[in-house]
Amino acid sequence: MERSATQDVLITLVVSALLIWIMPMLITTYTLTVLIIYGMLGLSLGLIWGFGGILCFGQAAFFGLGAYTYAIAAINIGESTVPMILAVLVPAVFAALLGAMMFYGRLTDVYLGVITLVVTLILFKFVNSTAGPQYVIGNARIGGFNGIPGFQTLNVPGDPNAYIWGVPYYYVCAVALVIVFLLVTWLLRSSFGRIAVGIRENETRMGLMGYDVAARKTVLFAIGAAIAGLAGALFANWGEIVTPNLFSLGQSAEIIIWCIVGGLGTRLGPIVGAAGLAYLKFMLGQQSMIDNTLIIGLILVLFVLFLPRGLVPAISGLFEATFGRARRRPAARRMRRARHG
Amino acid sequence: MAETVLETHALTMRFGGVTASDNVNFKLKARELRCLIGPNGAGKSTFFKCVTGLLTPTEGHVFMRGQDVTGWQPHQIASLGVGIKTQTPNVMDALSVHENIWLAARRFHAVAEARGRADDIIDRLALGAIARTPLGQLAHGERQRVELGIVAVADPWLVLLDEPAAGMSAQDVDRMTDIIHTLTHSAAVVIVEHDMQFIRSIAETVTVFHQGAVLMEDHVDRVMSDPHVRAVYLGKNA
Repeated sequence: MERSATQDVLITLVVSALLIWIMPMLITTYTLTVLIIYGMLGLSLGLIWGFGGILCFGQAAFFGLGAYTYAIAAINIGESTVPMILAVLVPAVFAALLGAMMFYGRLTDVYLGVITLVVTLILFKFVNSTAGPQYVIGNARIGGFNGIPGFQTLNVPGDPNAYIWGVPYYYVCAVALVIVFLLVTWLLRSSFGRIAVGIRENETRMGLMGYDVAARKTVLFAIGAAIAGLAGALFANWGEIVTPNLFSLGQSAEIIIWCIVGGLGTRLGPIVGAAGLAYLKFMLGQQSMIDNTLIIGLILVLFVLFLPRGLVPAISGLFEATFGRARRRPAARRMRRARHG
Repeated sequence: MAETVLETHALTMRFGGVTASDNVNFKLKARELRCLIGPNGAGKSTFFKCVTGLLTPTEGHVFMRGQDVTGWQPHQIASLGVGIKTQTPNVMDALSVHENIWLAARRFHAVAEARGRADDIIDRLALGAIARTPLGQLAHGERQRVELGIVAVADPWLVLLDEPAAGMSAQDVDRMTDIIHTLTHSAAVVIVEHDMQFIRSIAETVTVFHQGAVLMEDHVDRVMSDPHVRAVYLGKNA
């Protein structure tokens, strides 16, 4: 049998508390914070792709949208609570509209990828071309390729002068990731999550059972975008500037690579993949002998060839084989269709 | 007189210049078992797809329990309480037998109730030994049986089966026949089938399709002995 829900929550809490405590001894909290944020971004795609079968090439669009929403709202409001909420809601609503258009239009697989990719490109081009003074939302200039600096960063709710930064901000991000992780766990255990997995496996059959596949995919897509938007807002606070590069193709591709390397169809895989590869990129960035995109590309190729299921499923498989605990869940995480969308 | 649960009026489906279904008028009463037969390309499957919402007919109407369902989506038709099994097995390969059947039950029932119903069906179809096995690892006959379980667990009043016996062993076909007979206690069943032996064992009334239209509709024995039908099947010009 699968672990009970209580066990799942307890293990998650204990392991994450240990990690939050130990990791700052190994890596500076400033770097750790961004790794956590990337982990959350990876989880957002891992949820909709790994469990919903929706391959979105534009997860960076929601990430960037979250960051920009936060920055623009923070400048106008001067306090961070409402901007944080908006940064989750705006990408979610945007994704719901985009998703409804795609899923009710019965677009699947590669067309979905193309549309999400193009939407990301449109946002990138648009934001890049907003340098002029006429592009203003309230008091905030969108600023084109220079981005938006100098917005109100995260503060204690209700007290705009009590900034949360540095080590406390690391704890905020870590706790946010744990909460999102638990919510995703709960979602996947709920009927909605199980039906989503059913849709990933066979849309026709779920439709013939009487489920409105388009509506459910739209909702899942919006949930993924909400998580990406939250990650975007946290990223904006970490970097204290937002630039159009958040929407770039490179960013979008990287999220997909995180998921593949970490392990699709697992909750942990995309987080591990994101944090691991982002840290590797950070380390490689400190030397100039070899171009880091080359290494990331090489890693992707090696994983696709030798560990196609990704790091986390491979390790847990190894773990189970070594300790000989015959699990009654043979290959339940095996993916079939999701890799194609 | 039993109530009419499925009715088509002048159902016509054209693909470009090809008329795959031609002016089909079809009536099915509650708890009736009806087989649709006909040679390849006779329009059985097109008719089936028009009824299940997988295709929208070019002309004509489909009525279910008196309601006009022409042009509805498959999930809307299924939500009425119609169980559908397509020609190729449509199951969730990475999920267990229990999860597959539970998902079907969950559509109409709460979580715990759905689990109970799924367990019942698994017992009834003798799937207990493989209840936790992913569908991808099962044999074709077992997958077909699970798909029937998916249909049965939702307690449908109309069941539409496209070639349920295709590619199955004799033993599997026998078991399938039993399941279908059980289904007819509570539901009207339409079966599209090629396998004549299977039809002889199960059918009472048979509708014969030929070139998109209904050629004949009668008791299975009379249909089988009809020279016209035999000619159609043997490919002679009739």
